[in-house]
Amino acid sequence: MGARVITITSGKGGVGKTTATANLGIALARMNKRVVLIDADIGLRNLDVVMGLENRIVYDLVDVVEGRCHLRQAMIKHKQFQDLFLIPAAQTRDKTAVSPADMIQLTDKIRSEFDFIIIDSPAGIERGFRNAVAPADEVLIVTNPEVSAVRDADRIIGLLEANNKGPGKLILNRVKPDMVRKGDMLSAADVTDILAIKLIGVVPEDPTVIPASNSGVPVILNENSRAGLAFRNIARRLNGENVPFMQLTEETGFFQKLARKITGGSNGH
Amino acid sequence: MPGLFDRIRGRSSHKSSSAVAKERLQVILVHDRISLPQEKLQAMKEEILAVISKYVSVRDEDVDIALQHRNRGNLLVAEIPFSQRPDAQIQDEARQRMAREAEGDSPDDDDA
Ligand SMILES: Nc1ncnc2c1ncn2[C@@H]1O[C@H](COP(=O)(O)OP(=O)(O)OP(=O)(O)O)[C@@H](O)[C@H]1O
Ligand SMILES: [Mg+2]
Repeated sequence: MGARVITITSGKGGVGKTTATANLGIALARMNKRVVLIDADIGLRNLDVVMGLENRIVYDLVDVVEGRCHLRQAMIKHKQFQDLFLIPAAQTRDKTAVSPADMIQLTDKIRSEFDFIIIDSPAGIERGFRNAVAPADEVLIVTNPEVSAVRDADRIIGLLEANNKGPGKLILNRVKPDMVRKGDMLSAADVTDILAIKLIGVVPEDPTVIPASNSGVPVILNENSRAGLAFRNIARRLNGENVPFMQLTEETGFFQKLARKITGGSNGH
Repeated sequence: MPGLFDRIRGRSSHKSSSAVAKERLQVILVHDRISLPQEKLQAMKEEILAVISKYVSVRDEDVDIALQHRNRGNLLVAEIPFSQRPDAQIQDEARQRMAREAEGDSPDDDDA
């Protein structure tokens, strides 16, 4: 049985693709899956830093494609997980150094030895995006609950459909439950309604995400992190488990519930 | 964050900013997806109205023709309130004529 190749993309930049790739990779590795992460954001290498593996890089994706090393030599093993590897992007080259055909060839070489190959796509709809999507069996689209990010996600979904890779599944990241409750932020239901694709996860805005990337230890390894829990749930869903969605917008305290009852719950939802 | 004024206004019209975002997105996406420029869309609306106006009376200011986006498909939705101008006009003119005849005026040829 070959690996499933899953590409994580978005259209708009900075919505959480790299964060999602790192966390899902670790989550799947903790479920005893054999995982390779590929940073396809050539020229803007990031995944190594988020994973805390930047000091181990010798060869990169472009070195492999241009034949300067064997694929295995460019696969960096994670410190903690035996079966988790990273193929870093080149930092000094641009996206034209790799073609969609190169990406297909490269993933085909390792498919048989792994369970998941996860590709971190660059933002945009150009060559880098096409490289990242070419070998994908499945695509996850990350977006934030904001007009511009949702619009760009729709553009990406359209492109995926046109290339027989669609429609993909949605990760809604950086949701702020109290803003949703007040009617000041699009909810997961709003966004899936607009984009008309399946939701695979809702990740809350979480103050533990930035310190985690500061230290190169993704939030998933922090058992108390809400975002970490959301990513663990996505990994389980990828693995075919039926995991209920976290109730982000539910009132947390008794008094809040009481207050809502008294005021008749006049807030939007 | 919206200012206090906006918030009060938002409350009174019962439309949250997320509802506004959703509505705006639905309009934006349908235009993105069909890639029909604004002026072409406007021309299409005018032609549709011109055709309908041949048969019925349309109050331009109440017409709402818009593209919508549902389940990844596109929809042209038109709301065009109308009245049966020709008939109404004929009846009107007949009534006027009868009124004038009753007053003893000579029946003019005023059906032009
Ligand atoms: N759920 C979250 N809560 C808080 N901060 C987050 C969350 N998700 C991502 N971030 C932060 O948002 C920023 C952008 O995230 P990330 O680098 O993963 O986005 P990206 O989509 O890969 O960006 P690019 O398009 O530049 O590659 C980072 O600083 C990250 O720590
Ligand atoms: Mg990134």
